[in-house]
Parts: sequence; structure tokens; C-alpha cells
Amino acid sequence: MSHTTDIRASSPKMTVVSWLLRNHIWVFLALTVAIFSLASPYFLTINNIGNILTQGAFIGILAIGMTMVMIDGEIDLSVGAVLALASALAIGLQDHIGVWPAVFIGLMSGAFLGFVNGTLVALSGMHSFIVTLGGLIGIRGLVFVYSGENALMVPDFSYTEIPEIYLGPLSLTAMIFFGLALFFQWVLSSTRHGRETYAVGDNIEAAHDAGINVKRHKIINFTICGTLAAVCGILLSMRLGTAEPNAGKIWELWTIIAVVLGGTRLQGGFGSMWMTIGGVLTLAVLRNGLRLLNTPNYVELMVMGAVLILALVLDKLLNHKGDTR
Amino acid sequence: MKEVVLQVEGITKTFPGVKALDSVSFDIRPGEVHALVGENGAGKSTLMKVLAGLYKPDGGKIVYRGAPTQVAGPLDARRKGILLIHQELSLSPELSVAENIYLGAWPTNRFGVLKKRELRRNASAALEALGCGFGPDVRVGTLSVAMQQMVEIARAEAFSANVVIFDEPTASLTDTEKDQLFHTIRGLKARGVGIVYISHKMDEIFDITDRITVLRDGQVQGTVDTAETNLNQVTRMMIGRTLDAYFVKAKPEFGAEVLRVEGLAKQGLFRDVSFTVREGEVLGLYGLVGAGRSEVVETVFGVRQADAGKLFWKGGKIDLPTPRQSIDMGMALVPESRKEQGLVLIMGGRENTSLPHLSLFSDLSVMNRTKELATFEKYRSALSIKTTGPDQAVSQLSGGNQQKFVLAKWLCADPKLIILDEPTRGIDIGSKSAIHELIADLAERGLAVIVISSEMPEVLGVSHRVLTMSEGAVVTEFKGDAMTEENLIDAVSRHRDEAAA
Repeated sequence: MSHTTDIRASSPKMTVVSWLLRNHIWVFLALTVAIFSLASPYFLTINNIGNILTQGAFIGILAIGMTMVMIDGEIDLSVGAVLALASALAIGLQDHIGVWPAVFIGLMSGAFLGFVNGTLVALSGMHSFIVTLGGLIGIRGLVFVYSGENALMVPDFSYTEIPEIYLGPLSLTAMIFFGLALFFQWVLSSTRHGRETYAVGDNIEAAHDAGINVKRHKIINFTICGTLAAVCGILLSMRLGTAEPNAGKIWELWTIIAVVLGGTRLQGGFGSMWMTIGGVLTLAVLRNGLRLLNTPNYVELMVMGAVLILALVLDKLLNHKGDTR
Repeated sequence: MKEVVLQVEGITKTFPGVKALDSVSFDIRPGEVHALVGENGAGKSTLMKVLAGLYKPDGGKIVYRGAPTQVAGPLDARRKGILLIHQELSLSPELSVAENIYLGAWPTNRFGVLKKRELRRNASAALEALGCGFGPDVRVGTLSVAMQQMVEIARAEAFSANVVIFDEPTASLTDTEKDQLFHTIRGLKARGVGIVYISHKMDEIFDITDRITVLRDGQVQGTVDTAETNLNQVTRMMIGRTLDAYFVKAKPEFGAEVLRVEGLAKQGLFRDVSFTVREGEVLGLYGLVGAGRSEVVETVFGVRQADAGKLFWKGGKIDLPTPRQSIDMGMALVPESRKEQGLVLIMGGRENTSLPHLSLFSDLSVMNRTKELATFEKYRSALSIKTTGPDQAVSQLSGGNQQKFVLAKWLCADPKLIILDEPTRGIDIGSKSAIHELIADLAERGLAVIVISSEMPEVLGVSHRVLTMSEGAVVTEFKGDAMTEENLIDAVSRHRDEAAA
């Protein structure tokens, strides 16, 4: 019973090391920050840090919902389209029902679409990849039906001033991201729903045998994911003052990359918001840093692709030694 | 009548086409260990899933602690105090021990927030009561199988279970771990918990249980006191007698030796296995499930590794082969579970037939459809396989027809030795005798055949010689007039009695 002694003997130092082994993305983040700090004098400035956090927050908010769904062992490809619809509704409806009711409808559209995604996945038994791939295309179509081919413009530009609240370098958007991330980390670690999320993703048979309502559980997480996509869409509409029908295109991919980069497992059962925050920030730092260095766009993509693969190889080496599953 | 904690009365459960449980009645007393035995498919797992709330019975009633009870679901069963310890452990490896003990029933406040301290405290108490050597915060994935099992058993403490059902609990335990488990079971028993113990291992059953209930084909064959019965009687009740089908035996004209196995051994599975088989001979391997029959032939074929032993192929010594080498030498293994190992269900008969020998059916890696089709047609008529055409997915075929395709795909490579593991399990009578005829036909054409079967009449009917296996060892060889049911049963059970003594 060597395990017992190992675990009981763990000192605080050991805990830090084992935390870093599981959340090695933070080491990776520190490395990338160090490299870009040396490479560009503009990188490590308060202004730029604020930029990174705000830019990262959009993908970040999507990534929170995606993390919940992915720990469940599912995926949601429709977040980019849901975001576009929420942002179009939030702006397009302002003339008719006023600013805050429009924002509310936008939020509800996300919650509703997430609920539909979850219900289809849970009740049909189809894989969420297929269901939400349909959502990705169908919802984007809906956005074009609603807004036509043109960007919707906000009627009153005071709308764009709403997120202009800062706490040092931290914009309101970034604060919302960190607030939501911390809240959902708490949900994961301290609530019944959080335990269910890990149990369902880890061993769905065991979860079912233990009497967990797996279907209802998955619907809730897809609804959370859809709602957060709408939150992201509304914040984006406030930042831009417009709602483009193509907003958020392929953001679902960046979101998945951020979550996977953090270390959350695609197969489910393993992950945390700490990892996702790390993944989101790493992704944001990479994009920002490469732009500061005037890297051409296609090189940027190549680097990002390579980094993603590298991070996953690293994850495999660090965490799955002798793991045959 | 003695005190009873759980009574099952006339439980019936039907699945499409199968009556899994046919009016089953039995009872569990507090403080007893009650064995549930029967061959695969006898209905043991269905029965325990009904008790644990995973299946709803079609008829009958469950009386629990004196009152008729409906078990609404797995969580309900656990809350009532009926706990199932799964064979495939039902745990979440990424969650902690405490979280797994209370899986799905975590203590929370009314907003769904976990009461972590309470969870940890209760889990600690349960672990301590069992004398587990690990704490509640350990991640379950880092524990050994035996320790993980203790986590499941700790649920019995945590939920104050009155009935605990163990399904094949020793399947993946070492001897020491098994002793610890038995110690734990005796502890539960001493505290008045009623225990259902399901196992194939007869020595364990005679070691730890007080009563034995035998199931066969979904019906209770009887309940006996362990102290007043013996292995022979229980084995008879389990196997029973099927109506004698008509068996054809190949003419006993044997040629040269094809395969000789000497002293084959694998720790924990089988030991010192030796046998030979000649051209034109059908060798039967008989034994109860778990005796190590499949493991032996899988090792010979190269699917598994061996610790020791020699193999001779046509008189020449060879190294233990890989499956590819075995196929190339002319060996064919038709596995027991055709769905998992034998067929690609979405493919048609044509593609399944050519799958193991793609090089025979291709020219420079390009598949030769004409050759494939010709072979398909040849075996379709030779084995009278009922299929709508070469590309009908085999998943749509009956078990018997699927099994014929499994045979076809191995036969078209023209093997010298064919090993059939439970060739007629789960298929209808008509297809069964077709396969028996085929076995005889193959032997008469000069193939060496090894048939593994749990059905005694089948083994006796098709084989020239029968080896009985028990607990991983070849016990006795029978041929000619010595091949009787009595002798086979005696050989299997005597060995076990000796092993238990």
C-alpha cells in the first residue's frame, strides 16, 4: 500500500509540484511570457497586458462553457454561431424594445439554443459533435436570415460605453471572464453539479448506476455553454457597436484549442477552470506576442498549430505515464 | 421459517426473444452468504440487476424487510440498503475515494453545494470500519483493483446496507487480496448483512457461502445448504441435461501429428498444459467457464503470452507464434465472442470472409472483387448461409449465420488446424447441427480440429478424444468408451474437491 504513504507524506512543496504537473499549462504560459518579454519591449507593458486580457476574455468566456461540456465528454461546435445570433439580437432589437430587454433576449437565445443542443444530444443519443455541427451551420444561417448580409449598427453609441469600466489594466470584459471562471471553478469543485460533471465524463456507466440523471445533467451543461456564448456575443456587440453576421466564425475552434491546451481531456472526466484560464491566457499571449513581432498571419497559424500539438505531447508525457486507458 | 431480509418471489424478466428470468424465487437471510451460481446466460446478472434497481422486472415481487418493495432505481436501491458490487468496478477514476463512495448521493445543502467536511468525515468512518489502508482524499485511479473494490464495499458501510451483492468479486484479485476480501465479507456477515455471492469459482463458493441457489436458463434449479451438498451435485444442477441432439462424428482415420503442446503455463491462468492433435482428429476441450480453456488456445494461437512451454508444429519445434505467423502456418482460431473478435459487423459477408487473408484476394494491394465474390458464393452454398447478398451487413444476420461466416473466413485460407471456441453458443438448433456436420466434414478432409465447449453432449458427440480442464490444469484425457457424461463430471468436480482440500 505504497500509495497511502505517498499521499499522506505529501509536503506543501510536493503539492505545488503535483499541482504544476497537472496544470503544466501555467509553466508553459510563464515560458511564453518570458520569451515575448525578451523579444519585444512593448510586450510587458501595462497597456499591452490589459489588451491581452481583454482579447483573451472573449474566447475565455466561450471556453468556460466549453470546459463544462468537455469534462462531460461532449463538445459544442455551435458556440461561434450562438454568439453571432445573440449579438445580432442584442443590437437589432434595441430599436423595438430598448437596450436592456434586447440584451436579455440575446442572452435567452443562447440559453435556449444550448438547451436545444443538450436535449438533442441527451435524448437522441447522437454524438454532440454531429448535433452541434448542425447547430453551427443552421444557427449561422438563422443569423443571416435575421440580419441580412449586412452588419447591424447600434442605434445609440452610448451602448459601446457600457464595458468601458476599468480596474487598473483589467477591462470589464476581462473581469467578467475571471469572475465567471472562478464561479464555475467553484461549481466544479464544490457543488453536486460539479461532481456529476466529472462522474459523467469519467465513467458514464458508473454515474448512471449511481443514480445520476445523466440526461438532465448534460442538458444543464449545454445550456450553460449556450448562455455563456451569448454573454460573449453581447460583450462583443458592446465592444464593436455592430453585429456582423460573420462574427465569431471559427471561434469555436480557438475555444476548443484553448481548452485542450489547458489540459482538459477531450474524452471527458478530467479538467478544471484553472487549466482553461491557463490555456486561454497562453493562446492570447501567443497571438498578441506574434503580432507584436509583426509575424505574418500564416506564420502565426503555423506556430499556433505547432504549439497545440507540442502542448498535447507534453501533456501525454507528464500525465499519462503507463496509463493504458 | 427463519428470518429473511430480502425475498424474491416469482420474478420474471423478458428481453426481446429471451426469457432471462422465469418466475425466480429465492431469499436472503441476515448474516448469511448466499451463492448464486449458473453457467453464462443462466440469468444471474439479470437477477442482480433487478435487485439493484437497474432493471425493472416484468412480474413478481420483492419483499424487503417484511414489506413489498419497488426498487425505483440504483440510487433508490442504495438508499434502501441494497448494494451491488459490480464486477467491472463502477467508479470514477478521476474522483476521490470519498466522492466515489457517495457517487451520485453526495451530501449537499439545499442549493446543491457539497458539504465537503461531512463527505470526508463520513467516508473516513466507512473506510476505517473496513480497515482500509488509504484515506478519503486519494484519487481512485491511483488505487489497485483490490483497493478500488474496497471503495465500493465502503459504500455498504456508508449506506448501512442490509443486502450486499458481489458479482464475481475475485475475478481480478491475487490470492492475498482474495483472503482480505473474504475477511471483509465475514466481517459484514457478522454484523448481520445478507450477502449474495455470484461466482464461477466453486472452491470459493464452498469456502465462504452458507447456501447455494442454482440458476439455469432463467429458472431456479434449487437452493441447497452448502454444508449438505457437494460439488458433484451442484455441477449437475448447473449443467443439467439437454435433449440429445443428433451428432455426427467423423470417421476415426488419423494422420500425422499436427500440433503438440508441452508444459504450457501462464501464471494465474493455466499450468502445465500438454496435448497433441493429429490430422483428421477432433479433440474436445471440456471444462466449466473459467477453467482456462480459451486462454490455452489463445496462447497457442499467439494472442496471449506464455510463461513456459514448448510448441511443435508438424513435428518441428517452433517458438510461440504471433497471430500472423499462426495464420500463415495454417492455424485458425474461431473465437468465442464472434461480435467482439470474429466479425466486422457493418461489413458484408464478402468483406468479412476475405478479411484475414487480404493478400490472397488482392493483386498488388488492389482488391480483386471477382475472386472475393467467387469465394463468398462458394462458402455461402457450402455452409448454406442465409444472406440476401455479398454485401448485406452481417449485423443483420442471425447468430447461426454469423457463425458460419466466421468459419468461412478461416476456412478459405485452407488451414491445417482449426480451433473452435464455443462454436455453437447462442445459435439455434438447426444451425448447431449444421456446424456439427461441418466439424465432422473438416476432420474427414484431414484437418485437425480442436473444439472447446461447455455443452457436454456436444463435446462428447463431435470429439474423438476429450480433455477435461479445471482450474487451469488439464485433468484427464478420455477416449472411446470412457467418454461418458458421468466420467467428465467426476473428473471436473473431483479435481476441484482435491484442490479445495
